[in-house]
Amino acid sequence: MSQIRSVRRLATAAVAAALACASLAACTSGSSGSGSSSSSSSSSGSANKTVKKGLTVYFIPKDTQNPYEVLADKGGQKALGELGGKVVVSSGTQDTAAAQIPSVQSAIQAHADAIVVAANDPKALCPSLNQAAKQGAAIVAFDSDLECGSSPTHLFINQADTKSIGTSEVDLLAKQIGSKGDIAVLSAAASATNQNSWIKYMKVQLKKYPNMKLVKTVYGNDDPATSLTVLQGLLTAYPNLKGIISPTTVGISTAAQYLDTHKDVASKVTLTGLGLPSQMRKYVKDGTVQSFELWNPSDLGYLAGYAAASLASKVTTMTPGAKFKAGRLGQYTVAGPAATPSVVLGPPTVFDKKNIDKFKF
Amino acid sequence: MSSETVVRPSDATAPDGSRSGRSGRLRGLLRWETGLLVLLVLVVVFGASTSSDFLTRSTLFYLGINIGYVAIMALPMTLVIMTGEIDLSVASMLGLSGSTVGLLWHHGWSMWPAMGVALLVGLVGGALNGLLVAKVGLPSIAVTIGSLALFRGIAEIMLGSLVVPGLGDRQFPAGLTSIGVSPVVGTPLAWGFVVFLVLALVCGVLLHMTPLGRSLVAMGLQPEAAQFAGIRVALIKFWLYVATGVLSAFAGIIYTLQVSSVSYNAGTGLELNVVAIVLFGGVSIFGGRGTLPGVVLAVLILGSLQMALTQRQVDPNVQNVVTGVLLLLSVVVPSGGEALRRLRARSRHPRKNRPSTAQPTSSPA
Repeated sequence: MSQIRSVRRLATAAVAAALACASLAACTSGSSGSGSSSSSSSSSGSANKTVKKGLTVYFIPKDTQNPYEVLADKGGQKALGELGGKVVVSSGTQDTAAAQIPSVQSAIQAHADAIVVAANDPKALCPSLNQAAKQGAAIVAFDSDLECGSSPTHLFINQADTKSIGTSEVDLLAKQIGSKGDIAVLSAAASATNQNSWIKYMKVQLKKYPNMKLVKTVYGNDDPATSLTVLQGLLTAYPNLKGIISPTTVGISTAAQYLDTHKDVASKVTLTGLGLPSQMRKYVKDGTVQSFELWNPSDLGYLAGYAAASLASKVTTMTPGAKFKAGRLGQYTVAGPAATPSVVLGPPTVFDKKNIDKFKF
Repeated sequence: MSSETVVRPSDATAPDGSRSGRSGRLRGLLRWETGLLVLLVLVVVFGASTSSDFLTRSTLFYLGINIGYVAIMALPMTLVIMTGEIDLSVASMLGLSGSTVGLLWHHGWSMWPAMGVALLVGLVGGALNGLLVAKVGLPSIAVTIGSLALFRGIAEIMLGSLVVPGLGDRQFPAGLTSIGVSPVVGTPLAWGFVVFLVLALVCGVLLHMTPLGRSLVAMGLQPEAAQFAGIRVALIKFWLYVATGVLSAFAGIIYTLQVSSVSYNAGTGLELNVVAIVLFGGVSIFGGRGTLPGVVLAVLILGSLQMALTQRQVDPNVQNVVTGVLLLLSVVVPSGGEALRRLRARSRHPRKNRPSTAQPTSSPA
C-alpha cells in the first residue's frame, strides 16, 4: 500500500515538475533580441557634450534601511531628477553580497544605463557587474570600493580624501580656539590605519599654527567606556588643554556627553572631530560643541548620480584627468593613477547649529 | 516535539482497515503539492504580468544562479528532516568549504585539488555532526548549532579579512568561474541549478522508490519501531549527516566559482532559507512526512517569487514579509489541521474515531 502511495505521489510530482518546466520554458522564447537595445541607443554620445535625458541608473546600497545610504540614494535621485533621468533603488535587507546580486541582475535585465553600488563584498559582485558592463552599463562604486580589477573597470566616488580630513579638522579647531593653546587627539584604536593617517596630516597642518601645540594622542578603541577613561586621564594630565580633536564618531560622542555633564570643563575645552549629526545634534544645540565634520552622504549620492549619468552618456570617461560637471557641486576631475580611477567628493561638511537639523543620519 | 511523538503512536497503530483515514491523509498530501503547483503558476503569471523581463531566458538563468546552491543543500536537508533530525550547520559548511578553496588557492594550489580538499572538509564536518547525533545520541539541533558556530569560526580564522583572490593572487580559472555568467550550453539553465535537478532526481528516487527511503520515513515516524524493525537507525543517520556535509561543501564550491571569489562570511544565515524551503515543500519538521517533488516545487516558487518581486522593484522588506507569510502558512496549515484533528480526537473517543477526523487536514491552499 505504501508502495502505491509513493508511486502515486511521484506521478503527481512528475506532472507538477513537467508543468513547472513547461511554464518556465515558455519564458525562454522572448529573450533573444533584447541584448542589443541599449548599445544602439548610446552610440551618438561622444560627440555632443550634454548628459542624455531618460537615463536609468540603478542605485544598489548595502541594504535598504541604512539611514546613511538612504540619504545617498536620495542624493542620487536628486541628481538624476535634474538630468531628466530616473533612479531605481534596489538591494536586500541584509548586508551580504548574495542579497545584492539579484539587484544587479535586475539592472542587467532592465538594461540600466549605469549601476551605482555600495558593495558588501569587494569581489563577489564583480562577475555580475562585469556582465552589466559588457551590456553597456557604466559602473560606479561609492561608500566602499570594489576590487574587480579590469573586469569591469569602475569609477570610485571617494567620500573624502585622507589629507583633507586631517587638514580641515585642525583648521576647524583653530578657528574656534583662536589658533592658540594646547590640544590633544582622542583617536580610536592605536592600530587604526585611517585614524593614524588623518593624525599624520593633522601634524603637518599644525605647522601652520605656531601657537597651537599637540600635547598628546590618546586611544579610546572606539569603545565608549575606554574613550571616557582616557579622556578623563587626558583632562587631569593637561589642565590647560584648550581643544580636543576626536576623528571618530564614538570618541566625539563620548567626549561630548562628558563635557555636557561637566560644564566647568566644557567652558575651557573645545571639542571637534568627525561625528554623526544624529548623535551630536543635542550637544550642538545646547552649545557644548560648536561644530564638527563628516562628509555629506546626500552629496556623495548626488555626485555618484552625476558621475554615473556622465559616464553613461559618454560625456566623460574613467581615464585620469577626464572631467565632468556635477550640478551644484561644480566640476570634478577623475583622479589616477591609483588602482582604480576615483573622484573625491571634497572637503568634509561642517555641521553646526545652523544646519544640523537638515541632516537625519 | 515530544507532544508530537505522543500522538504519533495512535497514527502508526491505526489499523489498515481504516481506509478513509489513510486516503484522507493521502489526499491532504496530494493537495499540498497541488497547492504548490497552483502557487507556482500564480507566481509565474504574476511575474509575467508585472515585468516584461520576467519571461526571458535570463530570468531562468538568474533564478538558477541565485537559488541553485541553496537548493542543493535543501536536498540532503530534506532527508535529514524526514528522519526527524535537523542540520543547521549547512551554511557554515558552505562558508568553510569556500574558505578552504580560497586559502589553498592563496597558497598556490591549483583549483581541482583545492576543491577536492574542500569536499573532504565537508565529509569530516558531516561525520562530526553524524557521530555526535547518531552515535552519541545528542539532540541534532544543539549539535548543529554548535557546528554552525564552529565551522564559521574556523573559516574566519582561515581567511580573516582576506578576500581571495586578493592582491597578488592568481585569478580563479576562467573556465570554472564561467558557471557564474554563462548557462549550460544549449539551455538557459545555470550549472548549479542543473546539478540540483540531477541530485533531486537521485534523492527523489532514493526517498520514494527504495527500501532505504521507506526506512527514512519510518525513522521519522517512529524511531523505536524502526529500530525494532531492523532498520539501522544510527548508521543511516550518520551517513545522512556525512552526505549533508559533502553536499554543503559542494554548494560552497559552486557559490565560490559563481562569484569567482571567497570571503569567510559567504552564505551567512542561509541555513534558515534551506530549512524554510524544505518545510515550505511540505516536509514535516517532526519527520516522517513530505515529498521530494514538494521541495523541488518550493525551490521553484521561492526562486521565481524573488525574481518577480525584485524585477518589480518591490521593497525588500515587503519581499521578506511575503516569503515569511508563505513559510508560516506552510507550517501552520498542515500542523494546524493536525492539531485540530488531535483536539477533536481527544475530546471524543481517544482511539476509535477515524472517519470523522480525517477531513481537517485537507485544507492547505
